[in-house]
Order: sequence, then structure tokens, then C-alpha cells
Amino acid sequence: MKGLVDIYRQQFKTTLASFLQYRAAIAIWMIGHILEPLIFLVVWSAVAASRGSEVGGFGAPDFAAYFIGMMLVNHATYTWIMYEFEYRIRHGSLSFALLRPLHPIHTDIVDNVSSKLITLPMMLLAAGFLAAVFKPAFHPVLWAVAAFVPAIFLAFLVRFLIEWTLALAAFWTTRVSAINQAYHVAALFLSGQVAPLALLPGPVRAVATVLPFRWTISFPLELLLGRLTPGQALAGFGAQLAWLALSLVLLRVVWRAGVRIYSAVGA
Amino acid sequence: MNSLRLFWVFLRVSVLSELAYRANFFLQLFESLVDLGVALAGLAVVFSYTDTLGGWRPDEVLALVGVFFLVGGAIHLVIEPSMQRFIEAVSEGTLDFTLTKPADAQFLVSIQRVEIWKLTDLVLGTGLLVFALVRMGTHLGALQAAGFAVTLVAGGIIVYSFWLMLATLSFWFVRVENILVIFQSMYEAGRWPVSLYPRWLRFSLTFLVPVAFATTVPAQALSGRLTGRTLLGAGTLAALMLVVSRLVWRAGVRRYSGASA
Repeated sequence: MKGLVDIYRQQFKTTLASFLQYRAAIAIWMIGHILEPLIFLVVWSAVAASRGSEVGGFGAPDFAAYFIGMMLVNHATYTWIMYEFEYRIRHGSLSFALLRPLHPIHTDIVDNVSSKLITLPMMLLAAGFLAAVFKPAFHPVLWAVAAFVPAIFLAFLVRFLIEWTLALAAFWTTRVSAINQAYHVAALFLSGQVAPLALLPGPVRAVATVLPFRWTISFPLELLLGRLTPGQALAGFGAQLAWLALSLVLLRVVWRAGVRIYSAVGA
Repeated sequence: MNSLRLFWVFLRVSVLSELAYRANFFLQLFESLVDLGVALAGLAVVFSYTDTLGGWRPDEVLALVGVFFLVGGAIHLVIEPSMQRFIEAVSEGTLDFTLTKPADAQFLVSIQRVEIWKLTDLVLGTGLLVFALVRMGTHLGALQAAGFAVTLVAGGIIVYSFWLMLATLSFWFVRVENILVIFQSMYEAGRWPVSLYPRWLRFSLTFLVPVAFATTVPAQALSGRLTGRTLLGAGTLAALMLVVSRLVWRAGVRRYSGASA
């Protein structure tokens, strides 16, 4: 355990230093992360305005709180691994990672967290600006805000493990773009990025509850906004832990099978 | 005439090389259909709660999405792949080969690569557009059709000039691939009428990254809300940007020192 902590510390130092060289590029990639929730915020505010003041319990200030929170939660949990893994396998750079006496997922976690540390000031600035423009209604409930901290941590872990496992599809096919797109689209609707889940049709909501999407994005946000009862929060943590266990098992199984059939140039 | 023939040759070469990878067509078709499905599902959710969005009726927004796919398809078909290859050529010094050819280099650079399967977006976008027009039920007058054609061409020219100017920056800064991402991110906002957005964002989408002229304005022409002022503005901006991007291009080429020179 201590060995792993040391490795993480060292890895952080080098990754942060190298990512800081690309801060402008990383900042440009963030534009989409800010713009997407902003677009839906504007659209739903217009819907609320066209209906007098509110839609299904959401007024314009509630939408503002929801989508600004969505921007931050999504930023905290997103990964780009599904778009990168195919390149690693096709170009054989995975071979080097396999030679190290450390599971490659650890460097990916460090990369992910480092890039977020670098972009955090920009995201907070964007959130502050949007809050000033759209005047969100924020009614935090103390226990729920406290519960938000472990919820977002679990959400990050589950989303990371699941997307890392799905990225391994590249071991079997190099045409992963269709898989990535299908997953991305499902996530868009089922994790509440297009609209709060409460506004989606019942069947869609049911699917979102069974699949991991709600638990990796929407659930922490619902907690933060004080929209859950203590019972619902507990059930949510249960779902998160269940998905955590399941994704750990899946990751192990798929990784082993994938590495066995991996044959890179020179391997 | 000559340039049309050249474009035809480039198109044929792309088709021939892509025909070897026919599975890519189905992959691209799948992705385009999913994209379209997402757009329609998003509209369905929004319009299940209202029947007008900032003054736009559902079918009018549908037509806007059609234009969005049509223009986006054109960008992904020629402009984006060509500009990406152009930027690579500048940083690797292989632009020499293009510059020494006896045709206009800007033209060659702009059409050098055609991602033929992206035609699916173009076709689907056109289909959606026609579908929306039929549903609107309004008789499309000659004047409206002409307004649509003019604003669509103007929007295309504006977007092309914008891309060319961004890509030409590579003569000065070499690595500009990431700047192109700005347009790709901002273009997403064109799915919805820009009049919805707060003033600062509307301004950015109109003049800083000209998404509005490529999507909202042509859609406005179809639904009969195009004003003479907007039409004139789109035409003027298109002409202006064509000239300015040409000047920027020439200044850039003068700066280029090549791999062997």
C-alpha cells in the first residue's frame, strides 16, 4: 500500500509538470464541457419561460443550478480513455506500459486527475460566471451536501472503471468509434445531461436507474441540489457500491482476456 | 471550369481509395443515424413540454437541425479533412509540393482531401430538411427558396473562410490543431436558434465564431423570418471574409520557408 502511495506521488509530480506544458490545449478542450450544459440550460430556460414559469417543478433558476452543477459533476467524473485506448493498441505503445511492474490503470488515473487539477480554476471561473448570469436557485441541505463528497468520489471511480473496461474493446476490434458513440449517446440521455432525469419519460428513467449512468453523474448532483430523501440517498449509495464491485470484477476479467490476445508490433 | 475539373479529380481519387474500405460506409452510416436520432430525441423531449421555443415552432427547429446536419456534413466532407492535412503539411514541410503545382495553391489546399462517407450527414440533413418543409405545410415561395439558397451559400463561404484563416495561422504558430477544436465545440450551439442565447453568447456565435450564419440564418429564410438586413449582412460578411482570408493566406504563404528552401 505504501509502495502504491509513493508511486502515485511521484507519478503526479511528473504528469503535472508535463501537462502544464499543454495548458492552452487542455483549456481549449474544456470549451465543449462548458458549452454543452450551457446550451441545455438556455434551451430549458426558454421552455420554462414559454410555460409561464416552470416545467415539472423546475423553474429557470432551478435549471441554472442543475446545469451549472452538471457541468462541474461531469467535469469531475469524465474520462477520455475510450478515445485513446484504440490508438495505444494500434500503435503498440501499450507494450511499454505492459513491461512496467504496475497495472497501467494507475497512470491513467493520475493523468485524469492531473488534467482536472489544471483545468479546475477555469471550470470554477466558468461556474462563477454562469452563476452571475443565470442566477441559480441553490437550496443546499447540510446532510446531503456532506453525502455529496463520498457520492462524487464513488461516481468518479465507477465511471472510470466502466469506461476503462469498455475501452478494452479495442483489443478485439480497432473500429471502436461506433461503440464509443453508442456509449456516449446513452450516457447523454441516461445520466441527465440533456435534461434532468425527472423530466424524461418513465421508461427511460427506469433504464437509467438500472444501468450505471444515473449513479455516475446524476446521483451526486441530485444530492447536491437537495432533491433526494435520506432513504433515496442510501439506496443510491447501495447502487454505487454494487456497480463498483461489478465493474472491478469486469475489469479484471476483460483485462486478462484482452492482454492474452494482444499482439502488438514487436510483442 | 478548370477548378471544377480539379475538384472532380480529387473527389474521384478519394472515392477510389475509400471504396477499398467499404465497411467504413456502414460504420459511418450507423454513426450518422445515431447522431440524427440523438438530435430528434432531444427535440422530442423538449417539445413534449412546450410547442414553441423562443418563437420557433417544432417543425422550424426541425428544419434548423436539417441545416445543421447539412452544413456540418459539408464541413466534415471537405473543409475539415483538407485543412487538417494542410496544417500537417506546413509543420512537416511537405507543402512545397502543393505550392509548386501550376494551380492556385489555396484552392488545392482547400479540396485536397474528401472524406467521402461523410456524405451520409449531408444526405440525412437534406432529407430531414425536406421532411420538415413538408410538415410545415407552407408553400415555399420562389423568394423564400432564393433567400435560403443565398444565405446557405453565404454561410458556407463564411465558415470556409473562417476555417482557412484558422488553419493559415499554422504558418506563424505551426501547431494549431487545437484551435480547430474551438470551432467544433462552438458549432454544437448551432443546433438551436441563436436567438435563444444570452446576448454575449449570441454575439460570439455570430461574429467571433460565425456559427449563426451557417445554421440559424438559412433556417430563418425557410420559415420566412429573414429580414433584408440579415440577408445583406450575410452577403457582405461572406464577401468580406472571402477577401480577408485570401489576404491572410497570401501573407502566410509569403512567410512559409518550407522544408528545403
